[in-house]
Amino acid sequence: MAAVTQARASQPAGTSAGQVRARRRSYPVWRWIILVIAGLYFVIPLYAAFQFTGWNAFGQVFSQVGFSDAIILSIKLAVITTVLTLVLMVPTTIYVHLRLPAIRPLLESITILPIVIPPVVLILGVLDISPASLKGTPYLLALVYVVLAMPFAYRTLDAGLRSLDLKTLVDASNSLGAGWPSTLWRVILPNLRTALLSATVLTVALVLGEFTMASLDQYQTFPVWIVNFDQTSGPVSVAASLFALFVTWIFLLAITMIGSRRARRLGGGQVDLVTVTRQETGETR
Amino acid sequence: MTANTAKADTTLLADGAGHGGVPVVMSDLSRTFGAVQALNQLTVEIAPGEFVALLGPSGCGKTTALRILAGFETADSGSVTVNGKDIAAVPAAKRDMGMVFQSYSLFPNMSALDNVAFGLRMRRIGGSERRRRAGELLDMVGLTEHARRYPHQLSGGQQQRVALARALAIEPQVLLLDEPLSALDAKVRLQLREQIRSVQQRLGITTLFVTHDQEEALSMADRVGVMKDGKLEQIALPDQLYAEPATAFVAEFVGTMNRLPGALEGTDRVRALDTVVPVHGERPPGGLREVDVLVRPEGLRIEAVPGGNGIVTDRSFLGSVSRITVRLSGDLSVKVDHPSVDSGGFAPGESVQISLPGAPVLVAERE
Repeated sequence: MAAVTQARASQPAGTSAGQVRARRRSYPVWRWIILVIAGLYFVIPLYAAFQFTGWNAFGQVFSQVGFSDAIILSIKLAVITTVLTLVLMVPTTIYVHLRLPAIRPLLESITILPIVIPPVVLILGVLDISPASLKGTPYLLALVYVVLAMPFAYRTLDAGLRSLDLKTLVDASNSLGAGWPSTLWRVILPNLRTALLSATVLTVALVLGEFTMASLDQYQTFPVWIVNFDQTSGPVSVAASLFALFVTWIFLLAITMIGSRRARRLGGGQVDLVTVTRQETGETR
Repeated sequence: MTANTAKADTTLLADGAGHGGVPVVMSDLSRTFGAVQALNQLTVEIAPGEFVALLGPSGCGKTTALRILAGFETADSGSVTVNGKDIAAVPAAKRDMGMVFQSYSLFPNMSALDNVAFGLRMRRIGGSERRRRAGELLDMVGLTEHARRYPHQLSGGQQQRVALARALAIEPQVLLLDEPLSALDAKVRLQLREQIRSVQQRLGITTLFVTHDQEEALSMADRVGVMKDGKLEQIALPDQLYAEPATAFVAEFVGTMNRLPGALEGTDRVRALDTVVPVHGERPPGGLREVDVLVRPEGLRIEAVPGGNGIVTDRSFLGSVSRITVRLSGDLSVKVDHPSVDSGGFAPGESVQISLPGAPVLVAERE
């Protein structure tokens, strides 16, 4: 029975990989044309922005008032949000997979809600009901971001768990004398590494780019600072945006490299920018 | 058999002798899942060091029985004792049972050696001792040179050998095999079958093996229990099971069986193929007179007779015997085994006479 589940889990991946390969072979010209168009679509605005700012503006970014406070706040929020999200979602997803597989569709619809509800509505609601003690700190934002990150984290972890024969691995670990903490730490989490990395990437990217809620909560996170600063100096503000973009890229690349080195060793579940973005677009659609 | 031999602190293989086995008794186990009765008062006793197979079609409850013994499921009623102790309250992690699973269950993030050493690590055995013992077990399954490989770098058969070594590394009281060969191809399956059996005999470890493959069960186990609908139909030595099946289900599940229309004469005799022969085993319910007579291919006599009661439609060579398919009438065909040396006369199209030699037969409700 377990073999059947495993085969079912691995089959779609195999088929789609095969299909992708076949498609690539049959339409190489189209592939390049699409790649070039998409590339231009992304590169032209970046090039224009760079033309507008020039090198000097980059140097000025770091010395602007509020820059370091804003970026530190954003990083803090990213770390807190990621930790909270993983601590909440990893055990939940594992538990649902093992014990309550029947409620997976329900959980899927619940986790999609934060995407369906507009951020403005969400933050105004939260501000209305949250206790005054929380309203005074920027950490209220972290709590709201956990809700925002939930769909991405859940979907990513769910996909990661589906690629494992979780029940058999847990049974095997138990029969060898491992209790729950050891099973989780030594067996499940190492094999979920790819999914954990993807969830982290998505959560961090979300927090670093979120504007609406932070702005309504009146805290100067990095995106809020960029917008506010835009009113005083255009070029420097655009330079800050580019800087933020590059930082995010470097961050994604670093995670990708860690992930694929690991994947080469284990031969499974590769993380790269393509899989991360595919997951992202797949989830938001 | 004494209790302390099971946990002797010597190495598993140093003297090539087993560490002895413990008796396992599952009695009156029942379990329902919703409306499905997976187990219905199943009782199986396994002697120390014995290799027992539970055989049956999917859904017959054999896997549930194994999982209850392993501690992954609980029975609604009934008890399980290992070495005389009731283990109902013992969690799976503390049951000391090595298990090999149907699907590949190796931890993908660990090398073969680390997989085998995992159970020892959970028992807080130090690094060098752990590696030494894991190395010995990999050696036992012939995979020493693959110790550093990860599961995805191993073939299916190699993975299951590592899984066997991993299950044995903890020197379990009982070895549980949950269809460990069913995901493998035929040739590897055959090799691994022999390897599992020889390791089991060398260690003398009490073993429960669950399978739907009768050939596997009959060739590996000391005794085979055939299950149907959560119940044990019969548990016996493989040759007994084949030669003296207790029920029609066992008879048809194990080996090849012919069905011939027959009529009961009284309760102890049946007429088929114009011969009256004694009946053994169960009678069909409701006192039916019209029954099917069950006969193995080697239990039918075949003679080349012009104008006989059948026509040969096929003949296949199986080595020392040939299996001859004979059409008796309409859509009724039987298979007959006959020594190959004088099967020359039974070419397709030949007229033959099929008869019952007079040995006791099983009867079943007519299909």
